[in-house]
Amino acid sequence: MSVHININKICKSYDDVEALKDITLSINAGEIFGFIGPDGAGKTSLFRILTSLLIPTSGTATVGDYDVVKDYKKIRQSTGYMPGRFSLYLDLTVEENLNFYASIFNTSLKENYDLIKDIYIQIEPFKKRRAGDLSGGMKQKLALSCALIHSPKLIILDEPTTGVDAVSRMEFWELLKKMQKRGITIIVSTPYMDEAALCDHVALIQGGKLLAVDKPENIVKSFKGSLFAVSANNMHKLIYDLDNLMNTSNVFRFGETIHITSNIDDDLLYTENAHKHLSESGYHNITINRVEPVIEDCFLALMDQDMVKG
Amino acid sequence: MRAFIKKEFFHIFRDYRSMVILFGMPLVMVLLFGFAITNDITNARIAILDNSKDIVTHQITQKLISSGYFLLEKNITSQNDIEEAFTQGKIKAVMVFEPDFARKLKTEAQAGVQIILDASEPNTASIINAYASGIINTYSLVLMKGLSDLPVKINVESNMYYNPEVKSVYMFVPGIITVLLMLVSAMMTSISITREKEMGTMEALLVSPLKPYQIIIGKVMPYVVLSFINLIIILLLARFVFHMPVQGSLILLLSESLLFIIMSLALGILISTASKTQQQAMLLSMFALMLPTILLSGFIFPIKNMPLILQYISHIMPSKWFIIIVKNIMLKGTGIGYFWKETLIISGMTLFFIGMSIKKFKIRLE
Repeated sequence: MSVHININKICKSYDDVEALKDITLSINAGEIFGFIGPDGAGKTSLFRILTSLLIPTSGTATVGDYDVVKDYKKIRQSTGYMPGRFSLYLDLTVEENLNFYASIFNTSLKENYDLIKDIYIQIEPFKKRRAGDLSGGMKQKLALSCALIHSPKLIILDEPTTGVDAVSRMEFWELLKKMQKRGITIIVSTPYMDEAALCDHVALIQGGKLLAVDKPENIVKSFKGSLFAVSANNMHKLIYDLDNLMNTSNVFRFGETIHITSNIDDDLLYTENAHKHLSESGYHNITINRVEPVIEDCFLALMDQDMVKG
Repeated sequence: MRAFIKKEFFHIFRDYRSMVILFGMPLVMVLLFGFAITNDITNARIAILDNSKDIVTHQITQKLISSGYFLLEKNITSQNDIEEAFTQGKIKAVMVFEPDFARKLKTEAQAGVQIILDASEPNTASIINAYASGIINTYSLVLMKGLSDLPVKINVESNMYYNPEVKSVYMFVPGIITVLLMLVSAMMTSISITREKEMGTMEALLVSPLKPYQIIIGKVMPYVVLSFINLIIILLLARFVFHMPVQGSLILLLSESLLFIIMSLALGILISTASKTQQQAMLLSMFALMLPTILLSGFIFPIKNMPLILQYISHIMPSKWFIIIVKNIMLKGTGIGYFWKETLIISGMTLFFIGMSIKKFKIRLE
């Protein structure tokens, strides 16, 4: 009953900007598929093509059995879409927003209450409040409710957790998991790498190109080289000095530390070299630890490679 | 669709600013004009130059003064004093009765009164003129019944000093109606549609199974209703503040207005398809609609006095045609036979704008 999606050689350009370059991938029915990438990577353009809001410059895509260009009416009926910006009427109350979205899909809140109960129950105490007065997390839950109100078989969520606090983000993902259990295919984009691990498959996208499409754990496994977390007294300067370190690639800030990737097999030799290099440059309190890569490391490594190739 | 219209009303009623524009503006505009006109009409000071000094002129003078509109400031004895009486600035008008007034009325069945007005205040002057003529005409009717079988006629000749081309202030009401209907309909719809674009809610509407015409009708319906309410407010104010009755058929006036409202709404939709933000929509409506409506429609400046090229441009102003229609119905009381051409032009424009806006309304994003 849920839908699978095939994207075949989709390109999209606006005037002189190429937003999507030859994207091909397929999404299984009933999975949570995540698009991970920085702002301007082309996520929103792709989503708009899938929701029939944009026509691709070339290539085709099907949602279920429907073509996104020809059968746009059918797609619009069976797809729930939550645009990146809050698509809520801020001057209407929670209840009025829901009723409105229900009625434009020819249904009612009562009819599909069961479907959105899990989410709605959390915002129900505020149902008389105007959407503009809700917190960010609440707004997102309301927007999700609105996207789900017509019991779509596919929901497409464009950065649903951007600008939402960590607790609300976790709650939001729990809700998505519940939706998945109901057999709904979920496509979600996020700039937060930690959310990638919660998806069944992820696509890393950058500059309109797919860098990798795989299960999150496989992406982590495919990481080449050993990863180290470095910290010292002068973090601002440290990042430039590490760039000049021998046998090192992918130097980037990662929270409190700086992650670097060694290109040689001997970890011990590598750390000793690095330590020496840094103390000679006048650093104190140097710590260098081997760490396991997470998806962000993989993504940044892929981005780096892509830039070198490009 | 019902839900859509309901939602739109929520937007309007919860947005303090648009409420002010919607209902404050007609009130303020009409009342402003209303007060400018009713100002000082009671107890207007006049002077009388009675060259006849008989019973009839005496009676007419009495009628004028007892009406409550006029105060007799002084009696003038010669034509030469008129100018001086005006320059002293107190009086607004001079009534001049011709010599042998009563005798002429009896023998020739007609006699003349000249009303000389200080038209440096054109509104006051035209109202004084209308009132004085009215009083004298009423008197002549009474006289006619008593005197003889012959129709008696007192010729009232009025002279506007200082501003011979005085325009009747009644002309403003049709103008205000036009400007306001245009403004409320076109500007408010275009703003409300672009607001959906700006807020990102248009995306959500587009992915819904709603058809473009449903979105459009849902959007404009509330404004049709509100514009209509506005129109009725203006007409009521005109009636009770301006004392300006609708001479012709009210139903005809309302249906012509409805046509004009629909045209303005279609224009509003067209503007919204061309603009990305609310500010753009507002500026476009202001410059594309408001200014030409005010300046080129004959509302303030007579079209005849314009350079030829502007006269041609005024032909494509829907408001020009609508003002002609409203003036015809309200002032002259004529029927559709006199302005079917104008009606046809507006209908054509309406169809054109509706067609254009449906064609340009996008079912997808750019």
